[in-house]
Amino acid sequence: MRLTPQPNLEALRRLLVLLTLAGSLWTAARAQDDAITERLLGAGIDDAPDHAFATFKANRLINGHSVEQMRARHLLFLIQHRFSTIEEGWYDLFGFDGAQIRIGLDYGLTDWLTVGAGRNSYQKSYDGYAKLRLLRQASGPRPMPLTLNVVAASAVQTLRRPPDPEGRTLPDRARLYYSWQLLAARKWSEWFSTQLSPTVVHRNLVRTAAERNTIFSLGLGGRFKFSKRAALLAEYFWVPDEHLIRSGPRRHFNALALGFDIETGGHVFQLHFTNATGMMERAFVGETTSDFFAGQIRFGFNIHRTFSFAK
Amino acid sequence: MFRILTSLLVVLPLLLDAQPLYYTQNGKISFFSSTPVEDIQAENTQVNSVLNVETGALSFRVPVRQFQFPNKLMQEHFNENYLETHKYPTSDFKGRIMDFKRIDLQTPGTYQVSVTGELTIHGVTRTVTERGTLAVRPDGQIAAQAQFPVLLKDYKIKIPKLVVANIAEQVAVKADLLYAPYTPTEP
Repeated sequence: MRLTPQPNLEALRRLLVLLTLAGSLWTAARAQDDAITERLLGAGIDDAPDHAFATFKANRLINGHSVEQMRARHLLFLIQHRFSTIEEGWYDLFGFDGAQIRIGLDYGLTDWLTVGAGRNSYQKSYDGYAKLRLLRQASGPRPMPLTLNVVAASAVQTLRRPPDPEGRTLPDRARLYYSWQLLAARKWSEWFSTQLSPTVVHRNLVRTAAERNTIFSLGLGGRFKFSKRAALLAEYFWVPDEHLIRSGPRRHFNALALGFDIETGGHVFQLHFTNATGMMERAFVGETTSDFFAGQIRFGFNIHRTFSFAK
Repeated sequence: MFRILTSLLVVLPLLLDAQPLYYTQNGKISFFSSTPVEDIQAENTQVNSVLNVETGALSFRVPVRQFQFPNKLMQEHFNENYLETHKYPTSDFKGRIMDFKRIDLQTPGTYQVSVTGELTIHGVTRTVTERGTLAVRPDGQIAAQAQFPVLLKDYKIKIPKLVVANIAEQVAVKADLLYAPYTPTEP
């Protein structure tokens, strides 16, 4: 007796092995297609650097500059007001009758370089600035913890001079002021951003021999965004005591400002309370003569309107 | 006989291993919003897409932040308030071209196609079916075009009352892509 099916069983076994092998190769090829598809879909997207944007809503924090730049070929029309102190109450409608104003234009030459100029009612001054972005906060493959800008500004006051009793004349450069700032900001989350602004202000001429021509200040600022369109803002410019007059009738104070941003689409409205009058670095850092904590508080606003000339 | 079968079974998967994938990394997707007050248009030219010509599977990944608006303030609002790209950086599509087998990739020609799949925008996934055209070009590349409307409400994109007159409830989306065969580059 012979068992004929024996070799056939062996063939069947080999066939099964082969089929399994072919099947798994087929599956592997499919899995490989899926893996390649996923890699192609992610290339340049999932591994792209993620730059922080809208660290602040406007290119001014309150009095000082924020790290925000105007975008290339975008023009900002900026109107700023600081009323007089609220101390007089209803008599001058909480400062309404004594307003300081600055009107300015800011323009983005590129995404990383903004220039601007303005006219101030404060000492009939003109000012101009350039703001350059050096670093941009990013997460992803090349992370950067903060955004860093440098601002150079100058101002000229054009007040008529009373005749000097001794007949001396001052050179025109005595009317000039300069300031330099580093702005270092970090957007910690969608809701919270902070900024440090080391600032140097140089006055070519100061009123008395007791005052310094060059003063240093450290600006501190922050934003807490509490809704899609509104945020709380705070800003403080600390100046070492020995750099300013800290006693007597012309005593100087550090500039403090508290306020909020309201964004409406085309406009950003900034409403705030501050003890500073001037809307140039040299004025609010070096010449703030109101004491916030003695109630010498001014209401103020900045209205930002942006126009795009980009194609 | 057995030998032939063996070699066939071994060679066949290897043949299949030739990539059936076509892809692009600079596909173009634009959208257009039109109201009596304002027309808004934005274009994205960094869209990744892969077409599997064996199965008809089609997928897209759109980096939403790369939509370029002429007005950058608008672009910022689009990212920050409407599409919330800090939460939802990409829009994705995964689906297939229906009845793909009838398309002959060997001869140039244009086909009307219907695409069905899952479209994810602003974190909301919906099943959609849209029509488009597929053109097999003489140079072996495949061109795809489609136009379809997207209702913002469907994807939970909220437009604030203040600008409701400026932004259309439904935007027209246009896709224009050119796929090249994928060839794995050996390291």
